[in-house]
Amino acid sequence: MRKILILSVIVLMIAALPNVADAQCKNFAKKICKLELLPYVHDGIYNATVLSEGETAELYKTFYSGQEYRITICGDENLPPIQFQVLDAERNVLYDNKKHQYAKSFDFKLESSKQLIISLQVQTSDELSDQILSGCVSVLVGFMNIENSFKQD
Amino acid sequence: MNVKLLNISKLTIFSVFVATSLMIGCNGDNANVEDQIEDSVATGNNPDEFNKAKQVIYGIPSPIETAMLMKRAGAKYNQEYLNPTSNAGNYTTTKSMALNLGVYSTDLSFASMFDQSQASIKYLATTKKLADDLGILNAIDKTIITRMETNINNRDSLMEIISETFMNSNSFLKENDRAEIAAIILAGGWLEGLYVGCKVAQNTASNKELIERIADQRLSLNTLISLMSEYNTDPNIQAVLPDMEKLKVVFDKIQTSSSKMEVVEKDGKSIISSKSEVKVTTEVFNEICKTATEIRSNIIK
Repeated sequence: MRKILILSVIVLMIAALPNVADAQCKNFAKKICKLELLPYVHDGIYNATVLSEGETAELYKTFYSGQEYRITICGDENLPPIQFQVLDAERNVLYDNKKHQYAKSFDFKLESSKQLIISLQVQTSDELSDQILSGCVSVLVGFMNIENSFKQD
Repeated sequence: MNVKLLNISKLTIFSVFVATSLMIGCNGDNANVEDQIEDSVATGNNPDEFNKAKQVIYGIPSPIETAMLMKRAGAKYNQEYLNPTSNAGNYTTTKSMALNLGVYSTDLSFASMFDQSQASIKYLATTKKLADDLGILNAIDKTIITRMETNINNRDSLMEIISETFMNSNSFLKENDRAEIAAIILAGGWLEGLYVGCKVAQNTASNKELIERIADQRLSLNTLISLMSEYNTDPNIQAVLPDMEKLKVVFDKIQTSSSKMEVVEKDGKSIISSKSEVKVTTEVFNEICKTATEIRSNIIK
């Protein structure tokens, strides 16, 4: 009976691992990534997930004209670089951080409001290994507070 | 005894199998290592692979962003447009609590954005109560009201506190397999922003930018409907989604045309440039506001 109890506890602990990973991912987004947004105000939406090498995720979001935005992507330090692209609704590439030494942030504003797609991919490691690296990846959006914003021409 | 040991051994194997299955089920993407290596080699980080996203995230404007957009468009604060905090006791179902947590979060953001200190604290206390009723109070910093009172004259700090609170609630729900509740909260918050925007625009002479901003909400509404459709087996989502689709029918009457986008650099800043024409007739604008008001009335009653 005791063994069954111990086993049950072990099973529950293993089953809870994804939640632990999620909680760590949240802390990572909050403590590390959010700092990259400064001085932009975080919009309060938490977008973070565990990705492995080669895996992709996409954020669909409307960005409004006249508003200054910063998109920040960050990943666990053990992960290879993360490539992110900003695409229009027809998937034309507007920005690719690979052309900017895998920059973590992109600051921009729009002349007219649009839905954009933020597409990110964890690059594959150059090192030969049986182990696939995986870790938390977070994409956060911030906007400039009105008083600090530059005027639209 | 041997039989018992064998049973435990079987139980062990079964337990490990169940646990492994659970882990795979939760992540939903753990192909075996060899498959992943082959996949990685085959993809070679090809840009085309961006078309096959592992996870799609729908970004809905948060209450803070909505309030910021409306203020920037020229909105003025009017307490009468917000949902009175005295209504909070009326919300007893999960659906009504979640929707109105979104509504009050937007009202809180409006109050803070317009430096309404006392109203901000009142709305914060109300959102805290609804968060408690929804079982997500643990996600919220217990000292939040004190922190807010301490920073009451510092708008940036207030926005930071609200942003953090919203982020914690949002992530708490997602981590606890209640993402559909997070979606309903966002829907309530988004609708409140639309409603307040309509009220301000209807009572402001120079309202061109506000009307444009309201028309822009057609884009966010599409994203919101996509997000909610992810959870369309949930009864609460099933109850809210038709209202959003009803609004979409009206928003779809807006005529739009747009040129190709390109990025231009100006004064060291990246500007995504495109020419866009959006035609909102008075009839369509009034219909959007009328529909939003009807839906909102049912939510806050």
